[in-house]
Amino acid sequence: MTSVGAAAPAAGPARRRTLRHRLADRGIDRSLWLVLPATAFVLVLFIYPFIYGLQLSFDPQQGGGPFANYQKFFSDPYLRDTIWKTLRLGLPAALFNVLASVPVAYAMRGRVRGKRTITTLLVVPITLGTVLTAQGLIMYAGPRGWLNKVLTGLHLVDSPVTLVHNWIGVFLSLVITGFPFAFLLTLSYLSGIDPALEKAAATLGAGPWQRFRQITLPLLAPGLAITFTLSFVLAFSVFPSAQMVGKPSGSTRVISIAAYEAAFQQFDYSMGSTIAMIMAVIMLIVIGLVMVWRATLYRGSTGGKG
Amino acid sequence: MATMTEPVSVPGGGPSATEDGVRRRRWGWSALLWIVVAFLFVNLVALVASVVVDSFGKRWFGGWLPEGFTTHWYADAWQEFDLSSVMLVTLEVAVAVVVISVVIGVPASYVLARREFPGKRVLMLLFVLPILVPPITYGIPLATLLYSWHLAGSLSGVILANLVPAVPFVILTMTPFIEQIDPKIEAATRMCGAPTRVVFTRVLTPLLVPGILAACILVLVRTVGMFELTFLTSGPTSTTLVVSLYDAVFSAGIRANQSVDAMASIYTFSMMVLLVIALRFVNPTQLVTRVREEPAE
Repeated sequence: MTSVGAAAPAAGPARRRTLRHRLADRGIDRSLWLVLPATAFVLVLFIYPFIYGLQLSFDPQQGGGPFANYQKFFSDPYLRDTIWKTLRLGLPAALFNVLASVPVAYAMRGRVRGKRTITTLLVVPITLGTVLTAQGLIMYAGPRGWLNKVLTGLHLVDSPVTLVHNWIGVFLSLVITGFPFAFLLTLSYLSGIDPALEKAAATLGAGPWQRFRQITLPLLAPGLAITFTLSFVLAFSVFPSAQMVGKPSGSTRVISIAAYEAAFQQFDYSMGSTIAMIMAVIMLIVIGLVMVWRATLYRGSTGGKG
Repeated sequence: MATMTEPVSVPGGGPSATEDGVRRRRWGWSALLWIVVAFLFVNLVALVASVVVDSFGKRWFGGWLPEGFTTHWYADAWQEFDLSSVMLVTLEVAVAVVVISVVIGVPASYVLARREFPGKRVLMLLFVLPILVPPITYGIPLATLLYSWHLAGSLSGVILANLVPAVPFVILTMTPFIEQIDPKIEAATRMCGAPTRVVFTRVLTPLLVPGILAACILVLVRTVGMFELTFLTSGPTSTTLVVSLYDAVFSAGIRANQSVDAMASIYTFSMMVLLVIALRFVNPTQLVTRVREEPAE
């Protein structure tokens, strides 16, 4: 008994120290406090609003059961069709941006003369912003714009082509603002692939196409998946350009317009949140599909350190 | 440029006929590619030019060029949209978002880059989500919440909303940057008896400065260009340039198209200045991965 009593004061700090050591062995120590502000921030300003929105979407302003908003959304074709319209714009635009950026980035990898200038030129459209792009499209590609003047002047077309205030206008706007971004990411992923791999393939007798198809593309696929996802996120919330160069009451009434109208024009926050939640679900489904596609292609790490 | 990716040619052996053919074909492909790119670029330049020309034009009805040139649309737009205060708000929001997101984000990315701990993957997912989800999705509930907290419509509301994608963005760009700094440097500093504070201030911070600068500029560009979140949370005194530009297009009343163009040109010009500054500090090809450039052969 006495021995235990004598040992106790010594064992106390010892045990505490071992607990701290044990935690430290598993990676928990005081340095973790450094992640706390960021975590708290994301929890309060991202996760909490999300849960709040989810809860709000099940609490319709007009009453009628928790699912009334979702029922209304999916039974009203004017609302339901926005999903289809958004996907019909966002998916081709994102796909085009990614596919078009691959050959350009591929030609720019390694040491190319004037690389920095060309990259800058290709990236500068990021700065245009939706409004200038929209104004530019309306003026340049509109019925009396320079483009149609040239086309009719050269007798390539008889009457001016309609490129704005329809699906094409929004698509063009999405490509102009989205391509630089996709290109930057793709170029960055491509530069991360060790050039020695391609050289090795070349010494083994692989032609340029074979090297691209069997060496570069599989290594690039994870990066392309991410690029596609991020491009799609950009294209998915096309709300300003859909209003300016599209037909916001018709073929380009995208889901974000519906969400905005519900929340801030009809002041039905509950319906607005419902549409926002539906958007999030669609987004997650698309990301999920992309990840499945990526998994079927290649398992392993990207070229460089991610 | 094709020669650079070619394997080191055998010394003495001249290029064979087939190698020549391959090279010519590849040259053809890349020439075609650059012609297409150049064609599209010319169109883009013309598109921008038509806006800029119009913003300096007097009247433009169907001709190749406006009837005369003037700069008064800029003065008009500046006054009509109260651009001096809008610019000030934009600057305040951007600087606040940059500073706060770096202060919150960099320590977090340090831990994420250096430590292994339970729940790290969950935490990473938590930080990726705000970037993967379109801003308008969380923007609507967030704006609703900010309204009920009486923060929306004010400068702080706009700053808070813009921080939501900015903090994860800083974390995601800084984590790989910190990973490539050799941890042995820190270990050596500690071996020499430096306390944690000194490790941070004298060793880590100088090493981190290029990365932080890059992250700062990228966040700045993103914040100035961020439309949705600012649009959803701003009030009359807290509009940034993008939002006021959008309002100029859509708000009631008939406006001269030229003053909208003038304003769009101002916006694009300021963004371009920012981007050119950014590209001086950030190598765009090393945003995601950092590799050494191939040594010259």
